[in-house]
Amino acid sequence: MRKILATLIAITSLGYSSAFAGTLVINTDLTDPAPKAAFDWAFKKFQEENPDVTIEVNNFDHEGYKQAIRNFLTTSPPDIFNWYAGNRMLPFVRAGLVEDVSDIWSDTGWVDGNLTEGMSHAKKPMTIGGKQWGIPYTYYQWGVYYRKDIFDANGISVPTTWDEFVAACATLKAAGVTPITIGSKYLWTTAGVFDYLNLRTNGYEFHMALTKGEVPYTDPKVHAVFDKWDELVKPGYFLENHASLAWQEAIPPMVNGEAAMYVMGNFSVALFKEGGLTNDNLGFFQFPEITPGVPMAEEAPTDTMHIASGAKNKIDAKRFLIFLSRADVQEEMNKTLGQLPVNSGSKVDPDPFLEAGLNMLNNAYAMAQFYDRDAPAEMASEGMKGFQEYMVNPDRRDKILERLEKVRQRVYK
Amino acid sequence: MVSYTTPFLTVPNSTQFTYRKSSWWKRNQQRLTPWIFLFPGLLLFLVYVIWPIFNSLYISLLQWDGLSPAIFVGISNYVELLDDEYFYISLMNNLKWLILFMLAVPIGLGLAIFLNQTIFGIRLIKSLFFFPFVISQVVIGIIFSWFYNPRGVIGPFLDKIGLGNYAILADENFATYGIIFAGIYPQIAYCMILYLTGLNNLNTDQIEAGRMDGAKGLSLFKNIILPQLKPATFLAIVVTVIGSLRSFDMVAIMTQGGPYGSSNVLAYYMFETALSEYGYRMGYGSAIAAVLFTIMMFYILFFIYRMYQGEKKGL
Repeated sequence: MRKILATLIAITSLGYSSAFAGTLVINTDLTDPAPKAAFDWAFKKFQEENPDVTIEVNNFDHEGYKQAIRNFLTTSPPDIFNWYAGNRMLPFVRAGLVEDVSDIWSDTGWVDGNLTEGMSHAKKPMTIGGKQWGIPYTYYQWGVYYRKDIFDANGISVPTTWDEFVAACATLKAAGVTPITIGSKYLWTTAGVFDYLNLRTNGYEFHMALTKGEVPYTDPKVHAVFDKWDELVKPGYFLENHASLAWQEAIPPMVNGEAAMYVMGNFSVALFKEGGLTNDNLGFFQFPEITPGVPMAEEAPTDTMHIASGAKNKIDAKRFLIFLSRADVQEEMNKTLGQLPVNSGSKVDPDPFLEAGLNMLNNAYAMAQFYDRDAPAEMASEGMKGFQEYMVNPDRRDKILERLEKVRQRVYK
Repeated sequence: MVSYTTPFLTVPNSTQFTYRKSSWWKRNQQRLTPWIFLFPGLLLFLVYVIWPIFNSLYISLLQWDGLSPAIFVGISNYVELLDDEYFYISLMNNLKWLILFMLAVPIGLGLAIFLNQTIFGIRLIKSLFFFPFVISQVVIGIIFSWFYNPRGVIGPFLDKIGLGNYAILADENFATYGIIFAGIYPQIAYCMILYLTGLNNLNTDQIEAGRMDGAKGLSLFKNIILPQLKPATFLAIVVTVIGSLRSFDMVAIMTQGGPYGSSNVLAYYMFETALSEYGYRMGYGSAIAAVLFTIMMFYILFFIYRMYQGEKKGL
């Protein structure tokens, strides 16, 4: 019965397509080699399956896109654009520039239910005000990347608790190795550390409440996070001069063996390997437990595709989003991207980092998007500035948290 | 003679009469022509300068993310500015820029005098000195960031002479000075070229006369050469002040206002709050712009007043 229904829907949608066939305008900033290759493949495949649709892609450079998106969404909206889940899409959703795609997430004639089945775990970050606003096609894990050989040489095993982690840092420091490398020039790397410290100290619910602005930054629980952070910052376990380095510039110290760990996203693996590290000496472990009993939530930023509310070809745009959510499409695209498919029906390449990530995320209690996607833009920018200042001047903690509290009261009023 | 003049006088008289009667255009031509020539420029000035000024003053009274409908909030953006730590940091940094940038004028003068010689190949040397002004500010910013990088040139050098590796751009106390130093580098070249042209136009008679009266060295320079360079000095100061208040590109390239906002200047802070990746506060950004505009306005009014006084004396 279900199959028949599906075919019926397929036929009707085919009927639709010939009636509404046309050009599909897609704006993206996916110009880096891997994402570009993945999307080139997806566009080609979509056109093979839908020969009646012509795809027109406008590529923007990565930084320029963040400004351009405001202009093109208001003045000349494309049919489809890429963006990010969580609060990062809130200003556009609130301004009515993004099309509500709840219908393709539910079974109202567009899909036969597979979407909600394979992607239900990713529905929450796509939801604002009870509606879904796009389709996630890839995500990746955050965690600690480390030098296996340096750990071995110093007799350190992979830490699973906070005490072990701090002890490992102490051992490394004593051996003349910088325990943790970081480049905080562009601020966001500090948020990765903060997120994990908060997720592990206070748990997912508190972290979400904080990024939603429901908890003051001067709360004792936030101070508890910085107490833990103190244990790393005050003994100097982070790379010196990190405020002058971009995140990529903090990779050479680890490749050279001057540093041993990096709290980072999986996209860094490509750079580590380019620098000469291999699966033999580069490893990954989950950020260790801090407060025992707090369920382990993970950081897994999701990349997404959306339909502009001003799109001219919404029918084909929805067909493309459905295509993008398919298990086989996500599997193939993420092979090229070197990231994790969101659809749980997709398989992952046999890569130790992806397998570790998938395993970790499948067992995760919940997934956070990242500080600058969970918190609204203004709060995120001030927050990350504060984190950087704290990492350079840990003594200013109180002043920084008071300032962030002031910002919170303004942003969320 | 008489028979000759009479018809000659009557003819223009009659034509003048018909001119006056027939054409409003001919009558007002003299008055209108300058306006007609000015019209395209005035129109552009109105559309691209005057209107945006008033528009941003208006936006500064709004709470607006650039996308959703705007809310009128009166002067609350300005009230918030008064309580904004980053605003004061940026303002102070603008002041540092303004003061330190002035060094470009005497240094440029020194270089110009040094290069104002007639030896073989001096043209090549002059153009080499002028080179920093020709290359883009962005390129200079990037090159200086490499210099300052702890793994670049200056850090390892300081390390070698025992001062310890130092990341200038990551230090809240020195980042601004690091950027100003990079920014002053092309500005010196600019001032130098202004003075070089000034030196070319020196009145040799006056110098000769001065020499005969026994002036030499410093007193010759101070009393005879420097007064003649006054137009060049004036221009050099003007472009340097404007250059320092416009300091945006260097900050954007080298630190993005960091670490944690300590090297911000008003122009970049305005961009950061209104237009950058996380900036959605058009109203607040416009309020910063209004403050920057006021500062510039004071300076420009002073400049216009000086020019007016100068012309009154000169003419």
